[in-house]
Parts: sequence; C-alpha cells; structure tokens
Amino acid sequence: MGLENSFGDSYLTTKIDTLVNWARSNAVWPMPMGLACCAIEMMAFAGPKYDSSRFGSEVFRFSPRQSDVMIVAGWVNYKMAHAIRRVWDQMPDPKWCIAMGACASTGGMHRCYGVVQGCDNFLPVDAYVSGCPPRPDALMHALLEIQDKIRTEHSVTLDS
Amino acid sequence: MALDLSEPLQKVIDGLAEDFSDALIDVYQSSGDTFVRIKPEANVEVCRYLKEEHHFIYLTDVIGADRFTSEERFEVIYNLVSLRDRERLFVKAWLEEESPEIASITEVWESANWFERQTYDMFGINFTNHPDLRRMYMPEDFEYYPLRKEFPLLGIPGSIELPSSTPDSEHEI
Repeated sequence: MGLENSFGDSYLTTKIDTLVNWARSNAVWPMPMGLACCAIEMMAFAGPKYDSSRFGSEVFRFSPRQSDVMIVAGWVNYKMAHAIRRVWDQMPDPKWCIAMGACASTGGMHRCYGVVQGCDNFLPVDAYVSGCPPRPDALMHALLEIQDKIRTEHSVTLDS
Repeated sequence: MALDLSEPLQKVIDGLAEDFSDALIDVYQSSGDTFVRIKPEANVEVCRYLKEEHHFIYLTDVIGADRFTSEERFEVIYNLVSLRDRERLFVKAWLEEESPEIASITEVWESANWFERQTYDMFGINFTNHPDLRRMYMPEDFEYYPLRKEFPLLGIPGSIELPSSTPDSEHEI
C-alpha cells in the first residue's frame, strides 16, 4: 500500500518512543464528561466545522475503557465528583485530562458549598481551558497541547 | 397602609378575620402580592380553610427564610394559587430559633411533601407529622443547614467527602 510505495526497498530509522508517541498523539480519543453548557461547545469541537478528526480525536467514546483523554466540560458538584472519579479510574493508562472552562478549572461562577472548586481537587488535570464557555478553538488548542505533551513523553523507557 | 384587594381576596381576608381572629396576626400587600401572617400553631386549619372554602387548590411552593432576627428568626411561607379566581396568596408563619417546628400540611396538599423536605434540608425547620422527612439535596449525614445565614458561602471544609485523588496506578508501584 502507501508506505511500501513511498519507501520502495529503503527503510526508515526512528526511536520506539517516537513511533509510539506519534501513534498515540494522533489517536487521542476523548471521554466526553459533559456536565453543563461547555458540552455544547465540546460537540461543536467534534462536529464538521471545527472537525477534531483532523487531529485524530473525532471518536467520542462513551465507554471509559476505550478512551484516552477525559474532557471535563462543566461544573462538578460533590455528588458528581465520585462518578467522574470512578469513570476516570476505569480509563486505561496512559490517560490525560482536560478541564474545560472556568467551572471545571476553578468552580467559576458557582462559588458555593455544593460545587467542587475546580476538578483538579480530585483529578490530575493536564490542560486547563479558560472561557465561559470556551470556544471550540480553545478546546482544540488544549488538545494540541496534550498532543505536544504526549510527543515529548518517555513512553517505553522510564527515567531512572 | 390601606389594602387594595380584589373581590375574591377581600372575601378571603374577611373570612380569615372572622373564623381565625385569634390566629391572624398581620395582612399586608407588597409588590402587588397579598401576604397573611398567622400563628404557626394554626397553619393546618388555616390552610385547610383556604383550600376548601376559597378554592386555593394549588400549593405552588413552600419556602423557608432566615430573617436573622433575635426573636422569631425563621419563617415558613406558603405560596397558594386559586386557579378559579386567578389569585395568589402568601401565608407566612414565624418560628423561634430554638428548635423551629411547625405542623406539616401534607394532609391538606400532598405536594407539600417534597417542598417541606427541601425546607427542612436547607433551614432545618422540623415539620411534625411529615410522612417522610429526609434531606432532599444534601448528603443524609450532612450536619449543617446551608441556607442559614451563619453557614459560610463555600461550605464547611471537609464536610462533604471528595473522591480519593491518589492515582489508582500508584497503589501498585
């Protein structure tokens, strides 16, 4: 097929880390955790106009076991926090997390006793997106940041 | 202030003044609505009278309020609507801060069940004879009443449990 035609009889050298990271970073399947109005923008992010499939992230998986990045889109109350953590714990490693919007990042305008003041209180967040709600481009920027992060990761060798 | 009452509401106020002269404390109007303040002991009889004699068949809401006064601090407000007469009437009762308690009106309107649970959850007002007085929004073991004035805006730290933030993969390493 394509590769054989391009390379002919020659070959290509690379590091296994680079190859694995290249593959991983272009197939970051999101776990949509749509909790509020941010989820509407998250849908636009996956839709035809902004088209996250250009970056390999079009496959929204509603099963945590098939997804790589959790997009927390909206405000998190204490009751929901346990469900989110449970879904997060079911996602296979390696996994990443985007806190989308002011509410998921800091609690936002929901400054009250029932809302967790930022989902980083119980999740390891990799990228925070500002905005209320953020535009789909902003979420796309967060995705690109996560792709950059993946590409510089040591995936098969550990730092000793 | 002179009251500017519609004909059906005038009948209601006259009827209350006649049959419940002991329980009736105050009648006033504000922002186009009519308010009646009664003694808390009489709430069930007054509500049943309003429902059966004046067709207030629709209980829109039961709410609480923290007036934050040294006496009669808490307030329970019944929001009644007569669909026949197109009238709305608010019935209020003031309760003491120490063990605020009032009889449940679920025997008059079934819909008061969850309204009173919500008021209990947020203000800690105890509705006696309620069939199922449990918390509505907050966890069952929560020890505070969030809409009381002394409750801090951001809550009591640690009073509601958060999930463990230890990554699950680190347990094995």
